[in-house]
Amino acid sequence: MINFFEKSDLSRNDAENIVSDTLKNCDDGELYFEDTKSETILLDDNKIKSSNYSSDLGYGFRAVSKEVVAYSHSNEITKDSLKKSSENLKSTLKSIKGTYNHSIIRSNKKFYKDINPIEQKSLNSKLEILNKVNDYLRKKDAAVKQVTASFSGEQKSIEIITLEGEALTDVRPLIRFNVSVMIEKNGRKEIGVYGIGGRQSYDQYLKDDNWKNVCEEAFRIASVNLESIAAPAGEMKVVLGPGWPAILIHEAIGHGLEGDFNRKKTSAFHNLMGQKVANEKVTIVDDGTIENKRGSLNIDDEGTPTERTVLIENGILKNFMQDRLNARLMKTRSTGSGRRENYKHIVLPRMRNTMMLNGKQTQDEMIKSVDKGIFAVSFGGGQVDITSGKFVFNCTEAYEIYNGKIGSPIKGATLIGDGPSILKEVSMVGNDMMLDPGIGTCGKAGQGVPVGVAQPSILINKMTVGGTKL
Amino acid sequence: MVKDQEYLQAKAEYCLSLAKKLGATNASVTVANSISETVSFRNKTLDESNRSDNLAISITTYQNKKKSSISSSNLLDENIRTLIEKCFEITKITPIDEFNSLPDKELLGKKIKDLNIYDDTHIENNKKIEYLKELEEFASLEKKIINTESSFTENKSNFILANSDGFCDGYKTSSFSASCITVAKDQNSMERDYDYTKKRYLNEIKNPKELGKVASENTVKKLKSNKIGSEKISIIFDKRIAKGILSAFASAITSSAISRGTSFLKDKINQQIFSSSINIFDKPDLIKGIGSQSFDTEGVHSDTIKLVDKGYLKEYLIDTYNGKKLNLKSNGRSGGATNLYFENGQINYNQLLKINSRSLYITETIGHGVNIVTGDYSVGATGFLVENGEFKYPVSEITIAGNLNDMFKNITLANDLSFDFATNSPTMMIDGMVVAGK
Repeated sequence: MINFFEKSDLSRNDAENIVSDTLKNCDDGELYFEDTKSETILLDDNKIKSSNYSSDLGYGFRAVSKEVVAYSHSNEITKDSLKKSSENLKSTLKSIKGTYNHSIIRSNKKFYKDINPIEQKSLNSKLEILNKVNDYLRKKDAAVKQVTASFSGEQKSIEIITLEGEALTDVRPLIRFNVSVMIEKNGRKEIGVYGIGGRQSYDQYLKDDNWKNVCEEAFRIASVNLESIAAPAGEMKVVLGPGWPAILIHEAIGHGLEGDFNRKKTSAFHNLMGQKVANEKVTIVDDGTIENKRGSLNIDDEGTPTERTVLIENGILKNFMQDRLNARLMKTRSTGSGRRENYKHIVLPRMRNTMMLNGKQTQDEMIKSVDKGIFAVSFGGGQVDITSGKFVFNCTEAYEIYNGKIGSPIKGATLIGDGPSILKEVSMVGNDMMLDPGIGTCGKAGQGVPVGVAQPSILINKMTVGGTKL
Repeated sequence: MVKDQEYLQAKAEYCLSLAKKLGATNASVTVANSISETVSFRNKTLDESNRSDNLAISITTYQNKKKSSISSSNLLDENIRTLIEKCFEITKITPIDEFNSLPDKELLGKKIKDLNIYDDTHIENNKKIEYLKELEEFASLEKKIINTESSFTENKSNFILANSDGFCDGYKTSSFSASCITVAKDQNSMERDYDYTKKRYLNEIKNPKELGKVASENTVKKLKSNKIGSEKISIIFDKRIAKGILSAFASAITSSAISRGTSFLKDKINQQIFSSSINIFDKPDLIKGIGSQSFDTEGVHSDTIKLVDKGYLKEYLIDTYNGKKLNLKSNGRSGGATNLYFENGQINYNQLLKINSRSLYITETIGHGVNIVTGDYSVGATGFLVENGEFKYPVSEITIAGNLNDMFKNITLANDLSFDFATNSPTMMIDGMVVAGK
């Protein structure tokens, strides 16, 4: 564990005193230290294009009273800098008094190992794999015109100091391995992208030449898209494949169930607690406790242990995701969902691994039931307007369905729907639930955090497909 | 106070001399400090205050044609030493790339022109609060507004860029920005919209009354929206969306996309890619410009470029590395476009609305549906149906789609260009796109 006071004129005792002096008349707050080591190694255009190593250190000091958050962060861990931050917080909150009333639950459960993935594998062996990826794909087919492959890894160490002088710590490894391939045939170009990752060492993902599977998948997606025809435009039935397409759940439902938007009543879900918001076949949870997954955390960024939170059970809205601020104001408890991108940002309620659980039907049944529609297997990304509930996501691999049979691949199209009504349109839930491969980053208020998603295949009765073929 | 030039320069020189001592044949370093103070309001009361003080250093070391980089926010000399040692170790085992090099010396920026991009004025938090109070007062006048959120940010930054060829320069910049987001509600729906202002000088930002009123008007008129049928219809992009089409163009002509072959505009130099009425400029020395720069992120001097002349593509946005690969000289665009804009069209806004008896006016798009490799474009959208030049009703839950190759050739521009952002467009009409709705 990092000692944040080792090379500083600030002692732990000084820090505790400044924290208790600053927060004594506040409802909440903490001093958050963070040290992140990260690397990115990129192969592109037949060459190792860049190798970057980064080391980031800083603190974020937060004081909260009533609804007001005062925040100050700096890279300089010194007595002088922390005192300046303290004055800044006190001046913001001088006329707003609060009462600190939190007992932190302690948990010894760990969902990933305390390792530094960067140091666990030599740079030479990472370079070697990237070069193998390039050779493998270019030899596979002369139509391959561009290959990009990258490793990124980090180790983030955090320490939270509370008003009572408690210290809560976590060490979080995270890696990602990504391959992108461009194929050109008959004057057409298409790209296929695939990646894997999570909170483990690189070798856990790359054993048994697993990098070849990643290459094959990227190549397959690009090849499929080379044959793609114009996507249809208009409302139709949509079958979503298992795994990564669950970003539909993330965008359509997940963001709308975050505590802050519901406390502020700006979410389309804010008055629907306890009501039926989905077909009764639908159960959705947000789980921070899945071993080694990208969205998992031992403790959240306020020190609360993470948990498995049931959001929707058999179609009924059961819980929102909460950090401490929104939980206190909504008179409920934190679900361990308080997260921040890094020490430069305030805590917000965020998703971890958001999952729709298995039903009983098969993907085959779904496809057979569709006269005209599309089958969407993979997506690039999505976005939601929390207030109107409208959300989109972009297909990167999809096919037409005609008379119960899968037809031609279609060009990347945007799908658009309405969050509060989409889950009522889910008419079949499959028995083939899959976790995504560990590549998701969720953006909110300018902060990106790693997340996961999972779902079985599902059939949606009606969605608008944004193609060009009328 | 933001760190001064002397402090940043001393750190930069320490890095360069250390890299040289370790055996680096070349090195470049950027040291930057940025201080932001933000105050946020919600429903007429204080919501958040945030002070952020960011130090950052990034170093690239070369051993002939081998290269590697490190970055850090910890500027203690001891930490920098460890990192540079690590960086150089990595450099030594990184493979050779013949195109790796510092920029050509004769292209480096020489004399810095004062672009008026730093305003020393400091606005205290209580003054920010006064501004936001007034703003939210006007934002919430309309009864249907049920939530207002606003914020005010002051930013001051300073940096030094230095390299082992003797370049060493940098300057301060400032920005002042305010935003207002409002939520309106009726029996059946809720909608959200916004307004935003950002300027280099404090006295040039929009007044709070105007900002609040525009945000709430934008929001209320979105209520009671309809979904329309799927059809081919001419699309009018509001200025705040039209600039996104220009950004897509800019990312398709970066030298990296061209040299890698991953742009639909590859090999289109001197070909007509826009309708013949279209001219596009990138102007780095715009006085008080949000995108203005004296030199690019590698220190290369940059001039105004006419990227598109009467519809013909004339130049890419070129950096040193990709320029060498393409056998072209850097034109000082290693950080991308600077102040990028379409020249005004020939007709006014009202004339544009009336060109077709029926068109769709888009005020917001969502999703990341722009594919630079193929030019395919498909995004979620909200806006208004316009008939005979009049706004009829709001439209939502639709998508608009086309291909940028075709879209670029069917652009008509109004003459209402203003420099509100780094990338700016007049109101824009594009014929031949497809709307997917019911």
